Amino acid sequence: MSKSRLTVAFLILTIALFSTMLARAASDAAPAPAAEKSARVARGEYLVWFGGCNDCHTPWKMGPKGPEQDFSRRLSGHPAGLVMPPAPALPPGPWAMNASGTMTAWSGPWGVSFTANLTPDKETGLGDWTEDMFVATMKTGRHQGKGRALLPPMPYFNLQKLSDEDIKSVFAYLQSLPPVHNKVPAPIDPEEPGQ
Amino acid sequence: MTSRILQAIAASLFLAAAVSASRIPSAPPRLLSETGLYAGRGTNAIDPRNRPFAPQYPLWSDGAEKSRWVRLPEGATIDARSIDRWDFPAGTRFWKEFRFGGRKVETRFLRKNGDGSWTFASYAWNETQTDAILAPADGLPNVAEIAPGKFHSIPAVTDCRACHVPSEAAPGEGASRTEILGFSALQLSIDRDPGAPHAEPLGDGMVTLSALQDEGLFEPARPEFIAAPPRIQAPDARTRSVLGYLSTNCGSCHNEDSSIANLGLALKAKASPVGAGARVGAGFSRLVGQPTSKWQIPHAPEGASQYVTPGAPDLSAILVRMKSRRPSTQMPPLGTALHDKDAIALVTEWIESLTARE
Repeated sequence: MSKSRLTVAFLILTIALFSTMLARAASDAAPAPAAEKSARVARGEYLVWFGGCNDCHTPWKMGPKGPEQDFSRRLSGHPAGLVMPPAPALPPGPWAMNASGTMTAWSGPWGVSFTANLTPDKETGLGDWTEDMFVATMKTGRHQGKGRALLPPMPYFNLQKLSDEDIKSVFAYLQSLPPVHNKVPAPIDPEEPGQ
Repeated sequence: MTSRILQAIAASLFLAAAVSASRIPSAPPRLLSETGLYAGRGTNAIDPRNRPFAPQYPLWSDGAEKSRWVRLPEGATIDARSIDRWDFPAGTRFWKEFRFGGRKVETRFLRKNGDGSWTFASYAWNETQTDAILAPADGLPNVAEIAPGKFHSIPAVTDCRACHVPSEAAPGEGASRTEILGFSALQLSIDRDPGAPHAEPLGDGMVTLSALQDEGLFEPARPEFIAAPPRIQAPDARTRSVLGYLSTNCGSCHNEDSSIANLGLALKAKASPVGAGARVGAGFSRLVGQPTSKWQIPHAPEGASQYVTPGAPDLSAILVRMKSRRPSTQMPPLGTALHDKDAIALVTEWIESLTARE
């Protein structure tokens, strides 16, 4: 066998061996589906806590030590039963927005926005959303990735920086919550002359 | 034996190089004049290889005058195995120029890359109208005043993808299904709808289905596109025009394959082979008399909010949202700051003409 044939044979053998090792390592590392799902939900819960999602999507109430989040309505958005009166006009100057004590209704130059129900309730929450739709919403800043722009104070631009995998983890956690039936009102646009 | 092994190695190296090339970012050029639209630098004469076309149901863009061009790579064909979803060869380019008051404001550019992905770019015209510069990926607001206090804005790339990429998870890199909304079997049909709002006449040399078929640019050949040109199937001319308008202006998001198909609104007209030819069916049975699934018409009586309520324009959600230009309510939600008076008149007449039985 010539020297060049030996070199080629050695090269092919090395590539084959390396590929086998890589494939085996990958299969060893792949977790079971249930474990993977559980890890994803845990990662999502971690991100939701750190991302401050509860700050606006879980209504606040007054507790013995002052305002506290009402976790009996975890991440269910603005309570449908809390009908807000018209937002007070702001005086001229640097004040730019109003917020309800629940932290779920906000008014400003964009009109009035109500925080969404993020629980997997089919009719009023994210129960009929797909993972793709949720990722697209966070990446584009548009409702369901295609509709109206998300409104302040939703900091979608922070979530935009997360990897797709992390956003999917957030979605997996939200889908693991108990569904809360709570129909959040539609946003109210600012008055516009001629409309 | 040696030669076979060497061939195998060469093939592997070629494959590796191809994979590596596909990862090269497909960044758009900095200037419009570098995209191949014009015949040369310093001229605004269109390169003759770029062929004009005009969809029969144009998208409403606040009354902008538009010109559109396509260039297919020489010798390449359009994969038309699916009548509705044409697959364009790598290297295909599209341009769309927007003018307000005779001034060029924006030119959008789409290019299919070697890895199957598409580059989306938009160019903002300079003051002297000599060239246009690549707009930032997050768009450029208020580039031209189109009515008192109303402005045309150049959309963000994510906004482009919202309409052109029907069901992608996220606007990431890589191959994705992308639709050229104005260049399809229905849009290029020679059986053009004379009642289409803002219909544009077919100019000299404009690409049609017939031209593409005659020139052998479909693979496989589609003789039925000439024998029975695609056409919206409707009981009357007005309904045909309404469905065509809704297909273009709403159907790119509201269709059965969209990521928001859960809303249950399917307005995209689909071509489908019927008998010897192709007809376009856009049944409105799922539109008329159907309650809105999520959004409710403000102040409508309980249960009265429907997509289309026969005889009742004020209780027809599609019309209420077409008339709105408030940010949270308007439809389409992007790409327009002024409502479309002609289309509103057409759809209003159509809804008034419907009876409850329909």
